[in-house]
Parts: sequence; C-alpha cells; structure tokens
Amino acid sequence: MADRKTTNKISRRSALGLMGAAGTAGFLAPNLLGKPAFGATPPDAPTGRIIVGLSQEPTNFNPLMVKIEVDDGVHFSMFDALFRVMPDGEIVPNLAVEVPSQANGGISEDGLEWRVKLRDDVTWHDGAPFTAEDVKFTLELIVNPEFRSWRTAGHTLVREITVVSPTEITWRMEEPFSPYLSFLTETFIVPKHVLEAEADPNTAAFNQAPIGTGAFKWGNRTAGDHISLTANPDYFGEGPYVEQLVFKYIPDVTVLYTQFKSGDVDLLGRMYITPDNYAEAVTLPNRVVKLEPASSVETIYLNLERPVFKELAVREAIYAAIDKELIIEALYYGLPEPVETFMPRTSAYVHTDLPRHEFNLDRARQLLDEAGWVPGADGIRAKDGVRLAFVNSTTSGNHLREQLQQFVQQSLREIGVEMTIENLPAAVIWGDFWTQSQFDSVVVGITYLIGPDPDVTNRFHSSAIIAQGGRGSNNSQYKNARVDELLEEGSSTFDTERRREIYMEVQELVRADLPFLPLFSDNSIRAWKTGIEGVEHNGNTRTETWNAAKWYWAT
Amino acid sequence: MLVFLLNRLWQSAILLVIVSIIGFTVLNMIPGGPLAQYALDPGMTQADLDRLAEQMGLNRPLPVQYLDWLLRMLQGDWGTSFRDGVPVLQVIQRHLFATLLLMGSSTAIAIAIGTWIGIRGATHRYSIFDYSATIGAMVALSIPTFWFGLVGIYVFSLRLGWVPAGNMYTIGNESVLNYLHHLILPSIVLSLVNVAVWSRYMRSATLDVINQDFVKTARAKGLTERRVLMKHVVGNALLPMITLAGMQLPSILGGALVTETVFTWPGMGRLFLDSLGYSDYPVVMGLLMFSAILTVLGNLIADIVVATVDPRIRVG
Repeated sequence: MADRKTTNKISRRSALGLMGAAGTAGFLAPNLLGKPAFGATPPDAPTGRIIVGLSQEPTNFNPLMVKIEVDDGVHFSMFDALFRVMPDGEIVPNLAVEVPSQANGGISEDGLEWRVKLRDDVTWHDGAPFTAEDVKFTLELIVNPEFRSWRTAGHTLVREITVVSPTEITWRMEEPFSPYLSFLTETFIVPKHVLEAEADPNTAAFNQAPIGTGAFKWGNRTAGDHISLTANPDYFGEGPYVEQLVFKYIPDVTVLYTQFKSGDVDLLGRMYITPDNYAEAVTLPNRVVKLEPASSVETIYLNLERPVFKELAVREAIYAAIDKELIIEALYYGLPEPVETFMPRTSAYVHTDLPRHEFNLDRARQLLDEAGWVPGADGIRAKDGVRLAFVNSTTSGNHLREQLQQFVQQSLREIGVEMTIENLPAAVIWGDFWTQSQFDSVVVGITYLIGPDPDVTNRFHSSAIIAQGGRGSNNSQYKNARVDELLEEGSSTFDTERRREIYMEVQELVRADLPFLPLFSDNSIRAWKTGIEGVEHNGNTRTETWNAAKWYWAT
Repeated sequence: MLVFLLNRLWQSAILLVIVSIIGFTVLNMIPGGPLAQYALDPGMTQADLDRLAEQMGLNRPLPVQYLDWLLRMLQGDWGTSFRDGVPVLQVIQRHLFATLLLMGSSTAIAIAIGTWIGIRGATHRYSIFDYSATIGAMVALSIPTFWFGLVGIYVFSLRLGWVPAGNMYTIGNESVLNYLHHLILPSIVLSLVNVAVWSRYMRSATLDVINQDFVKTARAKGLTERRVLMKHVVGNALLPMITLAGMQLPSILGGALVTETVFTWPGMGRLFLDSLGYSDYPVVMGLLMFSAILTVLGNLIADIVVATVDPRIRVG
C-alpha cells in the first residue's frame, strides 16, 4: 500500500500528548516539531483503512473467553462494556447511562446492592436491540462452570441478577468489592439472542464471527495473517471514521518494524518498536514516533523468607548499591524511567513523592556494618553464621536482563555481597519456581494491577502467599499487618478520596519495606504514519486500539 | 502388488502410532503447557487456572489423555485448537493453500534449475561450470535461509523497491498478479537450498549412469550425443530422483518454518511454530500426524512409481 499523503496538521490532542511525552522523555518526533497543531477534522463518512501490525496473532474473538493481551484489540473495537476507563483513570459510562456510585444511589450504602441504568439506543451488529437481558446473560455466562471464561474475580461475588426493565439491571454482591467497577470496564457484553441458541458456548459459531455493539463489525479473518473489521455505521458513540480496521499479524518484531518502514503497516501494535531501533525510528520520514509509559515495573524481586533478606537493612543496602541510572543509560538506551513504586505511572493513584533511590556504595556498606554483617576471609559478609550470599534468576535468553544481572553482581561484590546468577527457561522459572516462592531473588517485570483498579490485595496481602497456603501472587511472601488492613479497607470502600489515601499509604509502606527493589518502568515505543489522527495512549487498558473508533486519516 | 500394499499399510499404521506416542510424550514434557500464557495475567487466579485445566481435560493422567486423543483420531476427529476453537483439520486446511503456493513454486523452480545444473555438471565434469555449481551449492547449503531472506528483503524491497517486503498479498488487493508479485522473493530464496540439493543429487545420479555399458552401446550405435543424453542418460538418472521427490512431499505440504516467518507467509510452517509456542497440543499433534502421514505416503508413492517405470524393480 502506498504511503498516505503527508499532512502538516496534527490534532490539538496529539500535540498535547507529544508535549507530555517531551516532558517525561525529553523527546519530540522531529518531523512534527514546530508545525501547527490545529485543523484536522474527522471525515463525514468512514473512509480509508488503517492496518495495525501485531507481533502476536489475535485468535480469540469471544471477549469473555480466556484470552491474552493481543486479543483485546479486536474486542475493544467490536464490543462495548458497561463502562469505559479513560487515559486519566476516570471511569465513564459506555453501554450504561451513568456510573453507579453511592452518591447517585447506583450502589447502596453497604456497597452490596448495585443498580445500573442502560442506554436505549444501542443495537447489535445484526440489528437486534441491546437490552438488560444481554447484560444478565453475560454476567451469568462468565461464571458458568462449563464455559472457558477469562478472569472470574469479582464476578463470582455477583448474586440475584434482576432485569428490572430493558434499560435497568440490578444485582447483589456477596461482599462489598469496589474494584468490580473497573473490572466491568473490561467485561464486554455479548448478545444473548445469538449465544443462547448455541449448544456449547466454547465452540459457538459466534466465536469465529462475533456480533457486538461496537464501532466495528466483523469482516473476515485469514488465519495466521490478518483480521479485517468494517465500520459500523449505526454505532451509538463517536465514530468510526475509517471504513476498515485491519489487524495484521507479523510474527517477528524485526520484520514488523521492517514492514512499518516499508509502509505495509500503518500503525504499530504490540510489541511496537524495539529499543535498539529507536534512534533510527525517530528519523523516519512521515512517521510519528512516541514514547508511552508501560504499565509493568521492572524489579529485583526478593523472597523475604530467605534468611539473608529477612533484615530490612540488607534490602536497603542492596538497593543503595544498584546504579539504576547507569543501567538505564548503558543497557536500556536511556529509555525507561526510574520508579519507586509498583503503581503504574499511568494510574491515577500513582505516588510521585516517595523517597528517591540514591546510588551510594558507602551508604550501602555503612548499613551492613551497622546491622552487624561483617566481611569474612573471602570478602563476603556474614552474620550469625549466615553468609550474605543469594541466587538471582531470570528468564534465560533475555539478554538485557542478563547484562543487568552482571552489572548488579559486580556492584554487590564491592559491598561484600555475593550474588550468583542461575537463569532458567521461561516455562520453568514462571512455573512453581515462581508461584511457590522457590527462588531467592528474580529480575522480573510485573504489572501489579488487575485492570485499572489500584487494588493490590493479590500482590501484597499476607493471605495471598501460595507457599503458605494462601491464594494470590504475593510471591515475595511479604507480610505487613498495616498493609493488610489498608488493602481490606481499600477493596470495600467506594469513596474515591478515601481510596486514594489508602493506596498512597500502601505505596509508602511498600517503598519503606522493599519486598522488591523497584528499578524502572519501561517506555514502549509507539509509532504510526503521519496523518492518522486520534491515536491516544491509555495505560489503563492493555491495547493501543482501545479508541480506534476515533481514529481517522487527516485529509 | 496387493500384498505389498497391505503390508506397507500395516507397517505404516504401527509407525504412525509410534510417532504419535513419541510426539505426545515430548510435547507434554515441555515445561509450561497451554495454560502458562494465562498464568502471567495478573487477574487470573489459581482457581481460574484449575478450572481451565479441568475444562480442557489437562488435569487427567497423560496416558488417559493420549488414549482419548487416539480413540478420537481413529474416528476421524482430529480435535479442536486450544487457541481459536477451530477444528484442527480446518486449521490445517486454512494454512495449506499458502504453503502449497510457496512450496509448490519454489520446488518447481528448484527441480527445473537443479536438474539442469546437475546434468550439465556431470556432462561437463571438472569444468568451470561444474566447479562454480559445486561451490555455489556448498554456499547455498551452509548459509541459513533466514539470512538470504533478510538480505533479499533489504536489497530488493527496502533498497530497490522491486518486490514487497513480505506477506502473501496486499490487503485489499487479491489479484493473481499481486500474489505473484509477493511470491517472487520468498520462492526464490526458498528454492536456493533446494536447487543446491537437487543439483548435487542429479549430478551424482547422472555420473552413475553416464559410464554404464548401455550408454556406451547407445553411442556405439551412432546415436547423437544429444539423443544419448536425453533418452538414455537422463531417463535413467531421474529414477533415484523419484524417491527424492517422494521424500519432498511432506516438506512441500509441511511448509518452511523460517522462510514463512521472515516473509510473513501464513503457511503451515508458521502455524507449527505458533502452535508450539502456545502449546496448542491438538494442532501440534495434528500437524505431526499430518506430516507423518505425508512422509509415509510420499515414500509409498515413490516406491510404486519407481516400480512402474523401472522394469528391474518389482514390488512384492
């Protein structure tokens, strides 16, 4: 496909976005510098085609079935949820007409009774009207024991779903659970009248040619190659402005980038541009290249039940001995942003005033001296017969992390700490070794939140330690009574201000306790052809195409 | 002939069962499994994963899983893909066309050019042509295809812009010409290695024949050199090539793992890699059986054809 005509006009929004990116990353796409930021308007009727390149293939088109991130792109474009989460974290109505809260009576004072009012102007792609029956069907299908559904957290608490009228639905929660609101932004509603008729929802014909309410309708799929969606002219919301939205699967990241350069791909999706190609990418003519914060945080994750890590002074000393800035500069092309918290930078709940890490070997030595760790004959410190030595593991074959390990290993040797590197294949390390806390320490990138909600019970509550009989992913075996208390309150409180205070305090406590050493949060390198307007990063979703309805080609 | 066929069928059936047992075991020994990709999702609880294992039958003992698979297979049910819920045979069928197109054209190029180089190399033994063909073949065989592929893309599509940088066709333009345009580079790259293989085999097969008594007799009869070559030498030298062609059948339909990835060609090779990456057991097993059956079939056909065209060989 030939390149689109270049335009000098970019929207106010993308200009602001760029300025934001310049603020954090200090970089502007050179081809956009100093150009007027006004004038582009969407076309009257859907026109043109946008090809999104992906390095993984979307294969699941039933948005309720178990899926991986890349499948989200199709789901967001074809379906709607009751609510939508915006880039700033605000939850706004989508199929619902308002977001229920205790203030507007949508959620009862005890947090158990929910009432959601729905739009009356929505139709499915086959023309049938959307009603509360569809919502009920969806919520029931998710917990159907025969159905291979995706996340069921929150949904399993829902009882007594009642359709009051075609535009109103109520249910009762088994316990107050505030994160459910944001879980519902990822719960796409499916059509009852289509799926009800199917014998087995797992193998339904619907799963291969889905019918939604979204801005785009199912077009066709060439397995292993691409999925093509077409504009839904009857969409109830804004857009769509392009006639065709194509998800093109290009299995190799190098080839993905090559096809972006050659013009075969209009916009890059996962895995975007690799850091080693960044310098070249920003020089490409007629391409917008932008850094956007990733939601995962790269950490050195510790097993607090290991004798060496039990003492806070040791964790602090190791943290002080890591030269984060140099690692970012020397190994990661200066792209990532150093962080002090697990909360994604894009979250509305991120704490930006935590104590800043400082690289200081003397301070590290001093901490260990004061704590009574004395260097032995081999130069490695010991205390009460315990040598200050531990193993660090990560996915073997991840070259950047392997270099990072060697870097840290050398620094630690200087303060009398011995770190041995033992890496394992991905399938092994992230199996029992990880979930059953069989490691000393690992280098790992973790997305701590489930969806956009700040609740991290799953990661930091003492009841979430699998190795101690719990349920969850608190693999560092972190225990702090105050954090437990805060997390319990946080997930049952609907008051946004109170929740903000709670999660700020959780971040302060976790920063002080250092169950993991926060290193940095990566920036992913997004790119698209100049002329595509309306692209906006939303770190509260997992996909770049969350708002494809608003994309258009500037003319 | 009938006895021969029945015997072969019988042996093949046992062979296929053994292949499937080995395949199934190895597949299940790979750590991770089909649920590993979901385990990293922060919202997927252990309860969710246990539920999925139960629903997909992955929590049963391995021999039970295998026997279940085998019994279904014997009834013609190849299973359903974990990844996209499509029946395995349909998954294979969806990728077969792309592979047939690519492998068919590259094999055709390889056979035509390879045979010609082989014969010429043998008849002009130790000539400059022969030496360059030998060296060329060694180079083509020792350099990995993905390197040729990437260099080809860099030179002919990014630098010169003559051919597309991959894909089977331009989205929105499915004309025959568009397919052909996209086919040029990958089929040439892929045929490089095959030309090398074919030319080597053909050269030695021709050399085996060229000094035989019947060739001398043909010359003594006063036949022209061209007639000797075409009628007596090539005809006989092609016999062992039939077996080689039979053995190529599974690879023609099985696709090219690397080339299909480099050229974003949605064929069987990439399907195999992707399915393996996602531990999509039903599809991997399906592909394994598919290529095992083709191997058996290819050899059988080759044997029958050789027996038919070579009067010295009788099957039985």
